[in-house]
Amino acid sequence: MTYAFQAEGLVKRFGKTTALAGVDLAARPGTVLGVLGPNGAGKSTAVRILATLLRPDAGRAQVGGHDVIRHPARVRRLVGLTGQYASVDESLTGTENLLLIGALLDLRRAEAKARAAELLARFELTEAADRPARTYSGGMRRRLDLAASLVGNPQVVFLDEPTTGLDPAKREDVWGMIRSLVADGSTVLLTTQYLEEADALADAISVIDHGRVIAHDTPAGLKQIAGRQTIVVRPDPHRLDETAAILEAETGQPAHAPTPGLLTVPASGDAVFAAVVGRLAVAGIGVAELALRLPSLDEVFFTLTGHHDPQRKGTEHKDRQGEDQGEDKDREGKDTNGKAEGFGARLRRRRMERRAAA
Amino acid sequence: MTTTTAPAPAHTGPPDPPAHGAAPPRAFRLLRHSLALTRRSLIKIRRTPEQLLDVTLQPIMFIVLFVYLFGGAVAGSTHDYLQYVLPALIAMGVVFGSMQTGVNLNDDIKKGVFDRFRSLPIPRSAPLVGSVLGDLVRAVVAFAVPIGFGYAIGFRIQTDPLRTLAACLLMVTFAFCMSWVFVLVGMLVREPGAVQGISFLALFPVAFGTNVFVPTDTLPGWLQAWVRVNPITSLMDAVRGLMLGGPVAAPATHTVLWGAGILAVFAPLAVQAYRRRT
Repeated sequence: MTYAFQAEGLVKRFGKTTALAGVDLAARPGTVLGVLGPNGAGKSTAVRILATLLRPDAGRAQVGGHDVIRHPARVRRLVGLTGQYASVDESLTGTENLLLIGALLDLRRAEAKARAAELLARFELTEAADRPARTYSGGMRRRLDLAASLVGNPQVVFLDEPTTGLDPAKREDVWGMIRSLVADGSTVLLTTQYLEEADALADAISVIDHGRVIAHDTPAGLKQIAGRQTIVVRPDPHRLDETAAILEAETGQPAHAPTPGLLTVPASGDAVFAAVVGRLAVAGIGVAELALRLPSLDEVFFTLTGHHDPQRKGTEHKDRQGEDQGEDKDREGKDTNGKAEGFGARLRRRRMERRAAA
Repeated sequence: MTTTTAPAPAHTGPPDPPAHGAAPPRAFRLLRHSLALTRRSLIKIRRTPEQLLDVTLQPIMFIVLFVYLFGGAVAGSTHDYLQYVLPALIAMGVVFGSMQTGVNLNDDIKKGVFDRFRSLPIPRSAPLVGSVLGDLVRAVVAFAVPIGFGYAIGFRIQTDPLRTLAACLLMVTFAFCMSWVFVLVGMLVREPGAVQGISFLALFPVAFGTNVFVPTDTLPGWLQAWVRVNPITSLMDAVRGLMLGGPVAAPATHTVLWGAGILAVFAPLAVQAYRRRT
């Protein structure tokens, strides 16, 4: 068994909407697969199929060597699922929620109690353990949800947008927990809308759009494909022009000012950033903000698909069209013809266009 | 979707991974898991006792309203009317109480709690059975409160505790059967509020189209026909018989047969709708 889980050619339709149009996903044991995509790309649908909550219309999927369609019960013994919405029982306390899951997993009472206490401690919920979950903050609820999916020591953990709606500090907390999961040997499938998150956690990233995987690579490889990083500087307001000149001199590209006082310029590598930092120091320019930023999801998508702003597109199509199934109300395959071109070809075309523009 | 969980996986091929320990036999598991989920329902009731209003305050209001508002006119004396109407009102309350199961389940599914249950290696119907069993506690409250209140205002059981207990058992059993109808509604309708509305609308003519308030032979012919076939009429007759004396065998049999029929039709439909929905 080389893959902890593997999906091949998954197709799922909800009425006229094609949520998945042939998706392949796989991860080796002990790694994190990031599934990156906008709202409605099909991420949740793919996760729900792997977690045996949905049956695919076509394609195959296995978890730990067990087919999700033929042996769902075996798969369920191996997986933990944290959905897009914290699915804990709000009337139950943190402890009661975890004890319930323990009982449903056939743990002995004492065993379940120990496991609940351990998880509550690990997720920093011990103090809130005896309060109903409805009194929890969003971040606490999310942590309890995560804890609930870990009661059975799952080999494979599916995390469907575990940080959506959390503030940055809480997001970091969740990241730390995901890292500790992997350190303990679990395999994680993480869906996210943030390249930053996938980059921080994933060993490999599958980019998914319109129900298709449009790129699969390591984070580094993906960033290379997706275009350069951006240097972001917020200098001493009196020395904006000077800073802009330094940026242009080092990168060979004019700096932009997306908002007053902030300068951005594409960077081709870490070396350039170091050089910029050095020049600013030599010139004695104080900065309030200085960063090397990854391309945004939007930029990644623009590079990969040639169309902009998947976020907004996602929301446009978010209105429910009939089925109650899947939070991931997937977009209609309007430009599926364009998609038929294939990822490699599209990539080459983009590169050529860029070269021509330069 | 139906085939997903159909038979228990035969233990051939690769051995079950040791993730959650050895799995006990299937029937035991359904019972155990259902009971674990029943416990959850009970905790929920304890945490939000206001969800019991429909089986506590509401029947009391009904009793006061009907006994004191109409009793004098209908039966000549409020006390006589109390004796006549209370057993039937209790039966009606227990049946109305069974509605809540559908509302609760719908709410659970909406909130995603069921996704969690479904991702666990438990029999797929366990959450349904757990909810239905948990709501039997509501049924107990639904007969205990009006009996207690009735006693306080002068109602007296004419038979013995054993037959009273039989009446309660009959009501709870029938409510259990009826709750599957509302589970089905809960699966087919989107919003918990709509589930409540539709269930109430469906139950209203059945619950009130009975001899709860006046004897059947005072009704117009067409209504008499309806009231005579209505299983809730038989339930009310049986409960009256068991609490006040009178014929029991015929109405009780009628009730049990209807209950079994309702269960046989609606439980599979509800389970199927549940599988499609989740």
